[in-house]
Amino acid sequence: MNETNKKNTSFKFNWQGVLRYGLLAGIVLLYVGVIGMVETFNEREVIYTVLTLGQLLMLFPAFVAAYVYASRTMKGSTVSTQHVLGVVGGGLLIGLLAALPTIIMIFISTPLDIRSILVNVNRNWLEVVTYDNRDNLVNGSMLLALNNLGAALVGSVIVLLPERVRRAVVVALSFSLVVGVMGETVRTILEQLIPDEAIDVIFRRRTLRLEGALGIGVLAAISSLFWAQIRSRATSTVEKMPAQQQSMVRYAQYGLLLGVLLILPFLIGRALSDVMVTVGLYVLMGFGLNIAIGLAGLLDLGYVTNYAVGAYITAVLTSTGALGIASTTGLDFFNFWIVIPIALLAAMLTGFIFAVPVLKMRGDYLAIATLGFGEIIYTLAVSDWFRPIIGGAQGIREIPNAMFFGTEIKNPEQLYYVVLVACILTLIVSIRLNNSRTGRQWMAIREDEDVAAAMGIDVARAKLLAFTISAATGGVAGAIFVIKVLTVFPNSFTVFVSINVLSLIIVGGMGSNPGIVLGSLVLVGMPELLREFSEYRWLMYGVLLIFMMIRRPEGLLPSKIRQRELATTESSAPAAAGD
Amino acid sequence: MQPNSKETSRMDQIIRRLPYALVALVGVGALMTRTPDPWIMVLILGMLVLGGVNFYSAWRAGKDFSVVDFTIDALRYIIIGLVLIGSVNTLAAGRYTLEQWVNLFISGLAQGSIYALIALGYTLVYGILLMINFAHGEVYMAGAFTTVFLAEALNRSGFLNAYPLIAIPILLIFAAGVSMLVAVLLERIAYRPLRNAPRLVPLITAIGASFFLQYTFRGFYGSGHKTYPSVELLSGTVTVPGILSIPVAQLFVFFAALALMGGLYLLVERTKLGKAMRAVSENKEVSQLMGIDIDRIILFTFAIGGALAGAAGVINGLFRPQGVNFTMGFVPGIKAFTSAVLGGIGNVPGAMVGGLFLGVIENIGPTLVLSGLGIPGVNQLKDVIAFTMLVLVLIFRPQGILGERLSEKKA
Repeated sequence: MNETNKKNTSFKFNWQGVLRYGLLAGIVLLYVGVIGMVETFNEREVIYTVLTLGQLLMLFPAFVAAYVYASRTMKGSTVSTQHVLGVVGGGLLIGLLAALPTIIMIFISTPLDIRSILVNVNRNWLEVVTYDNRDNLVNGSMLLALNNLGAALVGSVIVLLPERVRRAVVVALSFSLVVGVMGETVRTILEQLIPDEAIDVIFRRRTLRLEGALGIGVLAAISSLFWAQIRSRATSTVEKMPAQQQSMVRYAQYGLLLGVLLILPFLIGRALSDVMVTVGLYVLMGFGLNIAIGLAGLLDLGYVTNYAVGAYITAVLTSTGALGIASTTGLDFFNFWIVIPIALLAAMLTGFIFAVPVLKMRGDYLAIATLGFGEIIYTLAVSDWFRPIIGGAQGIREIPNAMFFGTEIKNPEQLYYVVLVACILTLIVSIRLNNSRTGRQWMAIREDEDVAAAMGIDVARAKLLAFTISAATGGVAGAIFVIKVLTVFPNSFTVFVSINVLSLIIVGGMGSNPGIVLGSLVLVGMPELLREFSEYRWLMYGVLLIFMMIRRPEGLLPSKIRQRELATTESSAPAAAGD
Repeated sequence: MQPNSKETSRMDQIIRRLPYALVALVGVGALMTRTPDPWIMVLILGMLVLGGVNFYSAWRAGKDFSVVDFTIDALRYIIIGLVLIGSVNTLAAGRYTLEQWVNLFISGLAQGSIYALIALGYTLVYGILLMINFAHGEVYMAGAFTTVFLAEALNRSGFLNAYPLIAIPILLIFAAGVSMLVAVLLERIAYRPLRNAPRLVPLITAIGASFFLQYTFRGFYGSGHKTYPSVELLSGTVTVPGILSIPVAQLFVFFAALALMGGLYLLVERTKLGKAMRAVSENKEVSQLMGIDIDRIILFTFAIGGALAGAAGVINGLFRPQGVNFTMGFVPGIKAFTSAVLGGIGNVPGAMVGGLFLGVIENIGPTLVLSGLGIPGVNQLKDVIAFTMLVLVLIFRPQGILGERLSEKKA
């Protein structure tokens, strides 16, 4: 109704945009349903009895499409009645269009027996998308359409709000939803801080209550209103200080961060510490691979070989089982602390050996060749050929816990500190390398190998160094991985590890250490915390890699140098940048 | 081992020939004694000694000794030596009959023709965009995995076995269509926005696309294995007593692939579209000035490559019992890329030759070379042979067997 009225006014309604965004949202909504994401996500409640993660996921496409459409339409124009009507009307239409493909699927799924081909278009799916109205498809579809309309309306109205209010609303919404999704985690953390009675006001078991969600939203909105002021005042105070005090402030910040990291296991409890250990292992590998990819521009897709070498060396040297060196040769003086440097050196040697043949290759060929190495190592690890040494597909078992001055390192809280120390040491090395002569050589090679060689850089030597040093942390990560899981199977060392590390570097920002930490937290931590995510993690990695490359190639937390480079190369002949 | 024609002394010439002597020595030695292990030791020690000699002579002459160059060179001779020792041992032991070798060779050809069909997709795209479409294996998977449902339906109605000569082309065309659609969408959504980006950027996108497609199809059809129904027409064997007995399925694979490749060759060489494709691959800017719509040609290239991969998926599914699932595209994808590089990437006949070559090597290699070296469980190591081939080709002959054309553009 609304749209037909507007056609008569002078405001030009963007039919094409509405159709495009609406159908796009519709396809996405149908897609997440068909691949089973909606159904899986529906098992987690975000807000008690009000909203599940699946329902949130179903509202998302319409919301985003309406938001993007509205902000494109409103760009540069002032808010007038016609605009408001146009944006809201367009948003509503987008909401309808977004629901359309799924509604069609709802009606054809049963008569055509689509389930026999698309396995996830089943009764559970039908129940979720019709909001528990499986018996009355018309009602269910109406509900779906209405909900989408609502989401699209919210999406378009948000754009019309004044800047400060909009930010507050967005912050409030995202805060309460994130707390809702991570309910279990937030509750475990809160349990260490405040009494249980207070928690029960906000949570019911592990799910956020509606009251809690509203409270968090209001709090977040209020603090976002004041945050900008506080922040600008703080930065201006710091800027007015003399240089010495400024650096003291900075050191205080680092100290605070270190303090938080040190007491973290006590705040987050055992299960979360376990997740943090895994995240830490990937941070470690991320720092390592970043030297090859981020600094020297060598896309190494076989990074898992170093991880595997570190792990297998540790396993063979420390295992008390039949394959351990203690029972095969009688050498029984090896323990974890002696093995760590051995694993590190072995991984460096592996990195060196595999680097020699690929030194002359560039860009994509290098990537594929290193991928080939990873596959070769994996196939050899499962084969009968090496079974007498490393156990084939059964792997190596009976690995004892590491000892630390008489105490066994066996719970995640203790392992956390091992990983933390390794990460901090690697970080220091990585920062020092970044600013060193070698680091500059790597960056020069990354930008243009021929020019770097012409400037007198020994390209072969610098590349060998990059591969070798980047391999080292992989070996350490492998060794720590072994004392975490106490068994080693070839299946822990597939190409997925390499891709995982690559993804977190790309998402965090190539060459940026904070980016790698953020990338690991999001890409490794989230799937560990939420089973729903872990089922679709590779799908999401894929989407993220494509999206980041197209929209934000510098990553979420880009390094300053990289950001500057990308900003300048974008305008001047990008094709010539090469690899 | 720096070749320097001006000041090569007699000593240098002798040193340069020593590796051949060493390789010949271990070959003959293995043939005489029929045990591989001592000769492997001789080979490796010999190469180490040679490294020392080289280093010494370079030092004497006051020249730079490049460890990297020497290592790569040594790798070449060690590989040649190992292949020699292995095959001499296997052949001398006489454990396999001629018929077995012929069968291995022919099943290698059948396997290789599937690689060749997939490799054409890599080569066509590389020829035009100079990019590795890493997700091409998943395009192959998409066609094969989707068509299995049509094949099942045709089988249930009895049509597949009643009229196989109509049903199989229907399956091929359907799979080609599905894969074509996936390839075209891939180009439009993931690659087109990045056409002018640095070369690693589309490669990373392609890796992302590869995982996205794998897990999308897992979401669509589930994570289990599906198998193509067996076609009676393809289940017999052709026998020539004492020499060979070939399953009809392998003949079908080989000739179907040959027909498709012939069609592609005609398309590229004889049609206007093919001419436009060749023009774009030669020079994008100039062909644009000549009135060729580059975007359209690139889209066509992806579509043709995708269609061939889809057809390859069905052919593969009909001839192998392992079935299809969402990860089936990854390893064949890398192997097909190997074939493309082996034949000379960007070169259409090269991809065909490379595919057949890789298929044969991968099938014969484990038995011929690895079992002769005394390695157990050699059939698990097929992939190792293929990936080693990949690395070796990239090291020693990145321009491939037939390809010289693109070598300067590529590097």
